[in-house]
Amino acid sequence: MYRYDSYDQKILDQRVEQFRDQVRRRIAGELTEEEFRPLRLRNGLYLQLHAYMLRIAVPYGTLSADQMRGLAHVARRYDKGFGHFTTRTNMQFHWIKLEDVPDALADLAKVQLHGIQTSGNSVRNITADHWAGIAPDEIEDPRIWCEIVRQWTTLHPEFSWLPRKFKIAIGGSPHDRAALRIHDLAFQMRRNDAGEAGFEVMVGGGLGRTPILAKTIREFLPKRHLFSYIEAVLRVYNQLGRRDNMWKARIKILVHELGTEKFRELVEAEWEQIKGGALEVPESEVARIAAQFTPPPYDADAPTFTPEFDALRLNDVGFARWLKTNVAGHKQPGHAIVTVSLKPEGGTPGDITAEQMDAVAELAERYSFGEIRLTHTQNVVLPHVRRADLPALWRALSPLGLAVPNIGLATDIIACPGLDYCSLANARSIPIAQQITRRFNDLARVHDIGELKIKISGCINACGHHHVGHIGILGVDKNGEEFYQITLGGSEDENARLGTILGAALPAGKVVDAVETIVETFLALRRDGERFLDTYRRIGIAPFKERIYATA
Amino acid sequence: MVKAVKTPAAQIVTGNRLRDGAVIYLAVDRAWSTDIDSAEVARDPAAAERLMAIANQAAVDRVVVAPYLIEVAAEGDRIQPLGTRERIRASGPSIAGPHRLSA
Amino acid sequence: MPLLKDGQVVADPWRVVADGEPLPPAVPLLVPFARWQTERDALIRRNAPIGVRLPNTLDLAQVAPDLPLFELIALEFPKFVDGRAFSQARLLRERYGYRNELRAVGNVLRDQLQFMHRCGFDAFEIASPNAVEWCQAAMAEIDVFYQPAADGARTVFERRTA
Repeated sequence: MYRYDSYDQKILDQRVEQFRDQVRRRIAGELTEEEFRPLRLRNGLYLQLHAYMLRIAVPYGTLSADQMRGLAHVARRYDKGFGHFTTRTNMQFHWIKLEDVPDALADLAKVQLHGIQTSGNSVRNITADHWAGIAPDEIEDPRIWCEIVRQWTTLHPEFSWLPRKFKIAIGGSPHDRAALRIHDLAFQMRRNDAGEAGFEVMVGGGLGRTPILAKTIREFLPKRHLFSYIEAVLRVYNQLGRRDNMWKARIKILVHELGTEKFRELVEAEWEQIKGGALEVPESEVARIAAQFTPPPYDADAPTFTPEFDALRLNDVGFARWLKTNVAGHKQPGHAIVTVSLKPEGGTPGDITAEQMDAVAELAERYSFGEIRLTHTQNVVLPHVRRADLPALWRALSPLGLAVPNIGLATDIIACPGLDYCSLANARSIPIAQQITRRFNDLARVHDIGELKIKISGCINACGHHHVGHIGILGVDKNGEEFYQITLGGSEDENARLGTILGAALPAGKVVDAVETIVETFLALRRDGERFLDTYRRIGIAPFKERIYATA
Repeated sequence: MVKAVKTPAAQIVTGNRLRDGAVIYLAVDRAWSTDIDSAEVARDPAAAERLMAIANQAAVDRVVVAPYLIEVAAEGDRIQPLGTRERIRASGPSIAGPHRLSA
Repeated sequence: MPLLKDGQVVADPWRVVADGEPLPPAVPLLVPFARWQTERDALIRRNAPIGVRLPNTLDLAQVAPDLPLFELIALEFPKFVDGRAFSQARLLRERYGYRNELRAVGNVLRDQLQFMHRCGFDAFEIASPNAVEWCQAAMAEIDVFYQPAADGARTVFERRTA
């Protein structure tokens, strides 16, 4: 994985000192809150319901064991001993004090972590998919490009005061695990007819009040044109994006209002003027960065099965279940990708204690070459585990509460922090997630149900990605009471769809029953081998609607 | 048609403390407290305006960030905010675990 | 309005005329773009320096042919969060080759000075007694840059391959 060189480190260290001075000036009264707010946002610092919240970027979801320990240190020293992983693979600390933030950022800078541009109307964390570099179907590791774009968009003098936030994602495989189509700008690796690798360019995706899936504006972009093309898109957006209304300021609105074709023309015309030259991605840089994303020294003789492994799989239902849902195939024979579930029964999705962070760091060193990944579904991944080590790893994870065999299942819920924390929220989301995990705490049942992605947002900003959940739950405020609107049939992969509203919003007390009714309906009507989404696509929303609203 | 504006029965001022983001309430004598029961209650628009003037000065003085008025039920010496959001601000996240506010 | 230019606070030699006021002769005059459009010939005939204040919604192609006539271009920041003029500045410098004074007017936040400078601004309207100190501090805070911009500063990528 990428290690900062002296230049990267210098920018970070200078940025920390710059912010330290901005905090000093705020506390001393040289900056008003109105002036300070956009500055603190550009360092990831929000003011929420109870406290400040600090959002730390985990570039393309890749962390080293040392970095995970660095996060644990901040959680312990400056927060309440825990952190929260988000749907953009960032870390959030929910109880930070303003006066501690400069020191916390200085501590994080020592492990090459920061909050630069994790908020504000700038280019945000560049995300990839959590199987980058290890997925069997990958064309090329997208993280090379994420890192190169990360550098180029950091503290960009022209694009730091955009109409609104700007989220970029890059995918390396035909199968989209990075939810590309809900990003402002996304690049999907493709091969052209000559076999060269390049990018399909998609623009204008986003959820929130006006959920829209991204449109393709270029089928194939050679890799060396990545900077110039991004600059063209950003320049068109910076100049023409709406600034009169915060809810209409994302690039998706601009693309929609101009029309995709007109937008594309504007971008291509600008691009013609700037491609090549100083904006051509330097080959030497690509090579230098690519060299840091080479595979680790895998054990070439790692066996696929060992007697211990086999015995455990046959005799221990728990291990067998965990293998089925939390362990996936790896590019390298004899190895596996392990997802560490942060979705225990009754827990807060994505939360992790400092002790768990340290434990994961240690397990990563022992079993995964010190490397860790984060998923946009708020789980953690150990990307390079020898299959022979799976029994030992499972035994180590279980007592930590990190081995619940539920990845991709009904209790692997995505939820934003919601009204328990967030000043934007209309309703709480975490208690709904907790209730669902308690209602569905029978593992046999959850395994029988199969793949079911439930996503919960506490408000229309959709940080819980409810629009693209198989079951989406949106918290709304009805006369001061918390109500929840359910959508069905969303999906976020290369066949992305927005969910359809099921019916009138339900009061908080009826939500879990409704989810259970939806599941029961599915189980009653499914055909052999169908997942929830398959059945839904076959039978439509009517059977679900009848059952929920007949009994509500 | 002019809509009649309903005057809230009781209001207090709240905001977040600048230095640490803690939820605070404007109490008597321009003091700020994390304890909602000690908040000064305004029972008419003039009193509410007076409290906001004090609060806005406190914002300029870098004590509090973005203070605002909220409606409460004030019976005896207990003050209960109206609405889920302010109830959660007053008592902390509703979920168990390390998320609870320290005493 | 005091002007920050070349790291100093200087008196502004440019006059601004109110709408409807006749164009004074001989002095350097900064006019709104609308007035440039309606009184172009009169302004040229004065034979004195011309400056224009461009709205941040303007497509620069509209004004490109006239650029050689301007000794001052002022670009607007109506609110400091409105970053449209950053793009205009870079285009003026890098695409249209404009070399004279490029001034940031409106809401200019001290913490934007370095970005503005990198985008090609060389003069800033800042109403503060601390403007000089601010400017020096702002320019020194971060001195490593990843991306090329109008200031021609060496990028990290260039330094790495040197």
